[in-house]
Amino acid sequence: MAHTIHVDIVSAAGQIFAGEASMVFAPASEGEIGIAPRHAPLLTMLKAGEVRVQTEGADEQSFFIGGGALEVQPNAVTVLADTAVRAKDLDEAAALEARRRAEDAVREKTDKIELAEAQAELLRAVAQLRAI
Amino acid sequence: MAGAKEIRSKISSVKNTQKITKAMEMVAASKMRKAQDRMRAARPFAEKIRKAIGHLRHANPDYKHPYLIEREVATLGIIVISTDRGLCGSLNINLFKASLALLRAAAAQGQKVQICPIGTKAVQFFRRLNVEIVATATHLGDRPEVNALIGTVKVMLDNYRSGALDRLVLVNSVFVNSMSQTPVVAQLLPVEATGAGELQDLWDYIYEPSAAELLDGLLMRYVEAQVYRGAVENVACEMAARMVAMKSASDNAGKFIDELQLIYNKARQAAITKELSEIVGGAAAV
Repeated sequence: MAHTIHVDIVSAAGQIFAGEASMVFAPASEGEIGIAPRHAPLLTMLKAGEVRVQTEGADEQSFFIGGGALEVQPNAVTVLADTAVRAKDLDEAAALEARRRAEDAVREKTDKIELAEAQAELLRAVAQLRAI
Repeated sequence: MAGAKEIRSKISSVKNTQKITKAMEMVAASKMRKAQDRMRAARPFAEKIRKAIGHLRHANPDYKHPYLIEREVATLGIIVISTDRGLCGSLNINLFKASLALLRAAAAQGQKVQICPIGTKAVQFFRRLNVEIVATATHLGDRPEVNALIGTVKVMLDNYRSGALDRLVLVNSVFVNSMSQTPVVAQLLPVEATGAGELQDLWDYIYEPSAAELLDGLLMRYVEAQVYRGAVENVACEMAARMVAMKSASDNAGKFIDELQLIYNKARQAAITKELSEIVGGAAAV
């Protein structure tokens, strides 16, 4: 009986994580979810936030993602990340800068699409800050 | 010997050029390897997303997403990925030839065309033609990022959805090996069906939110991933083409230097002979 599940985190730029995990947490579009081995097949969109992977040695690795999709199959979990970099590599100053820029954009641009884009960027910057 | 000095300075100038082309060749070679690595790294994402889409389509045969429906083509959308810089042999020329053939075929069928050039060279090229350019992206650098492409891809996707476009194709150079790169036209939209054969175990998912929204998000990312892969592959092609072009430039410079050296030696020899005969002639006169 398996107590672990295979986890793949991939982004367009490459593979970010591959390995066995005892538990995976992800920011699904309907709220944070936790996936244990033998979870029912699930397909969901992800918001910007942190994906945490608990490996068997009980240590936890965390990855920041800018959104994406998550697929749970009977024997594997796949995270299709939009922009995923290791959380510790994130530069806090850059996140602050991005947030400031996004706020500027919200103030200045009134165009509907641009506003939506700027708000999404703001959300992402906030999530990025939280992951640090 | 009036010509000797000129020849000497010519030789040194060609030698300088050769140094530059040699350096460019080596830089391109190392960048090509890195670009190839990135090309490989981009593969798993596209494969996984394709599989997920395959599962979704299989589980929901009734739901037809607009990106999956084949329709009569009145307007053709073309995304062309070129390099930003030149000095890379015939890479871009071949790419534009392929695009022109596509344009001609579309015109022959009475289809309108919307172009989305990516890369400075493509932008310059298509600006000169009388075509409708709907979006551009330039200066992606040696490491293109998905973020830089999202906007341009979205313009094309939105146009497709609103009916302004009926088919979207991607034209980019494909890396065959370091000596050969060929332009390839690939269809992006409607997304071509994956064979059900590769899906072995089938199960139905729990969907959050709805299957329709999920398919929407996945298809969008799939198209983005394809364009991203094209951009990365284009960098690998650019570097390979530049490497070859600079190698032949260095070789030519070497040949040129040899020839000039020969002319220089002859001129020098002639000058010495002339001087000698003058001295001998002068001595005989005394």
